[in-house]
Amino acid sequence: MSTPPPSKGPFALMAEFRSSKELIRAIRQARGAGYTQLEAYTPYPIEEVWEELGHHRSWLPLIVLIGGIFGALFGSLLQYWVSVINYPMNVGGRPLNSWIAFIPVTFETTILFAAGAAVLGMFALNKLPMPYHPVFNVERFALASRGRYFLAIGRWDPQFDRRETAEFLHRLAPQEVSEVAS
Amino acid sequence: MKASEGIETSGRKPSRPPVVAPGHSPGSVTDQITAVVLDRAPRWWWVAFGISFALVMLLLRALTKLLFEGTGIWGLNIPVGWGFAIINFVWWIGIGHAGTLISAILLLARQEWRTSINRFAEAMTLFAVACAGIFPLIHVGRPWLAYWLLPYPNTMDLWPQFRSPLVWDVFAVSTYATVSLLFWYVGLIPDMATLRDRAEGKFAKVAYGFLSMGWRGSATHWHNYETAYLLLAGLATPLVVSVHTVVSFDFAVGQLPGWHATIFPPYFVAGAIFAGFAMVITLAIPLRAAFGLKDFITTRHLQNMGKILLATGLIVAYGYLVEIFMAWYSGNWYEQFMILNRIQGPYQKQWMALLLCNVLAPQLLWFRRVRSSPVLLFMVAMFVNVGMWLERFVIVVTSLHRDFLPSSWGMYSGTFWDWATFIGTIGLFLALLFLFIRFLPMISIFEMKTIVPKQVPNTAEEAPE
Repeated sequence: MSTPPPSKGPFALMAEFRSSKELIRAIRQARGAGYTQLEAYTPYPIEEVWEELGHHRSWLPLIVLIGGIFGALFGSLLQYWVSVINYPMNVGGRPLNSWIAFIPVTFETTILFAAGAAVLGMFALNKLPMPYHPVFNVERFALASRGRYFLAIGRWDPQFDRRETAEFLHRLAPQEVSEVAS
Repeated sequence: MKASEGIETSGRKPSRPPVVAPGHSPGSVTDQITAVVLDRAPRWWWVAFGISFALVMLLLRALTKLLFEGTGIWGLNIPVGWGFAIINFVWWIGIGHAGTLISAILLLARQEWRTSINRFAEAMTLFAVACAGIFPLIHVGRPWLAYWLLPYPNTMDLWPQFRSPLVWDVFAVSTYATVSLLFWYVGLIPDMATLRDRAEGKFAKVAYGFLSMGWRGSATHWHNYETAYLLLAGLATPLVVSVHTVVSFDFAVGQLPGWHATIFPPYFVAGAIFAGFAMVITLAIPLRAAFGLKDFITTRHLQNMGKILLATGLIVAYGYLVEIFMAWYSGNWYEQFMILNRIQGPYQKQWMALLLCNVLAPQLLWFRRVRSSPVLLFMVAMFVNVGMWLERFVIVVTSLHRDFLPSSWGMYSGTFWDWATFIGTIGLFLALLFLFIRFLPMISIFEMKTIVPKQVPNTAEEAPE
């Protein structure tokens, strides 16, 4: 969910479900009812939930590709510059630009930068670290990391209405509906 | 998710033990794995940690002596200028390979059974690489100048020699350590969020909260997370192969008979996986018994690891055979002498013990009964642990001790301080491992949850109302 515009009332309304099937059904119904600002919380990755929420792609593979290309250029240019330009050393008349010998280091820097990009990119896209988030105000949300499934509707949803949305969530037969204090 | 997926009860195939014992749900998996961390430490943990910590002190004692007196306290001398330091380095870094293999390659190969063992195998990798890293550093003679190996602008206007395998090694090992650490930490984030939500103590809550960085488990989080994890696995797979290849270049690029062989890279990589799986088995069997985790690390895991041990052991045996064949086939006087000396020379005992440990002992794994028996499997793994150390001893020492000229022949044996340093690193490895199982979940909780619904259909958590 993106950041909400400042206004009064709860940050979101949140419904708790006992199984992933119930959660997926609830997401379908909420989207069918016209809600758009949805977020689901699950104890383990469920690709179907992500797709049901209407998301499709992540920028991460591109970030990793750029990291890898940068790493490859960094490794090969570093070795070329050191061995040919800045500190040429003639060992047994072998060529200064002995690029075959530069492959292992280039390979390692490629992997290093790509892996670093994967981790930092994941943090950036997930906006981590984020020590505080309103969803943690819901006491039962601690179960989201154990075995419960949560669906939240943000108050910046055009259809959001504190009472109506709560009623709608109750109709989905959840374990509990709670208000997420902002 | 189809209920029948992953359950093997059909009459045609012989039934295999399940990956997770029946009757588990996401909740029960969470409770059982986090209990190991959140409950009080059992008394044996203190005893085991205490012993390993004493060995860490031995390591520090040996390293202090080394810093004051230099490498003369070791058994090194010309012609054997590479001794325990290199043997131990290669041994430890080889052990480190199983972690990444299990986490990355088996993940890409969709081997679901890896889930129960990947976390502590990754931890094992990190600690093994930490132990391995000590040796090249102290072996350079003046460890406080070891950073000269890195390319950085300096007032001496000097740069590393990038055509040297020793410099490749610096890059390979440091990249491997970094990527393994990232992979391990990223894998831990959702589980540390689980611990944050379940911890009772204030300090534990804050510590796990800090380390989990505010992980919420939202669909967006998971999606980016899974993408990152898969990409890291894809990057770690060629990396793990490259690391031991580069380590083998340290030998193979030299011109010494016994080192200068094109079989070295694949044979070293197979040996590393062989050694690593042996260590995973060595650790997994006692840990699953001590913490009552037989529901998650089942007989199926033991059997599969036994099979991998057998397969990689056969590749290693093939490597030994090719070395002997190539010595004969090359027609090279020195190569042939080296092999005959290995078989009949002063280090014959080590060579015979190596064959017993690495070639004969793993043949027991052809029998299903051995693969399914924790005790026998543990014994085979111990043989391999010793055998792989002997293999590196044979490669390093027998190749060096008979120089090209008989006038420069010599003998080598480790001194007290060689052994103290080696045993000390075993203590360091075990001490780190005991701390790890005490403070972090040794089995990946969230990944176990992803396989629970497939393994056990219609549990209370998953059943529709």
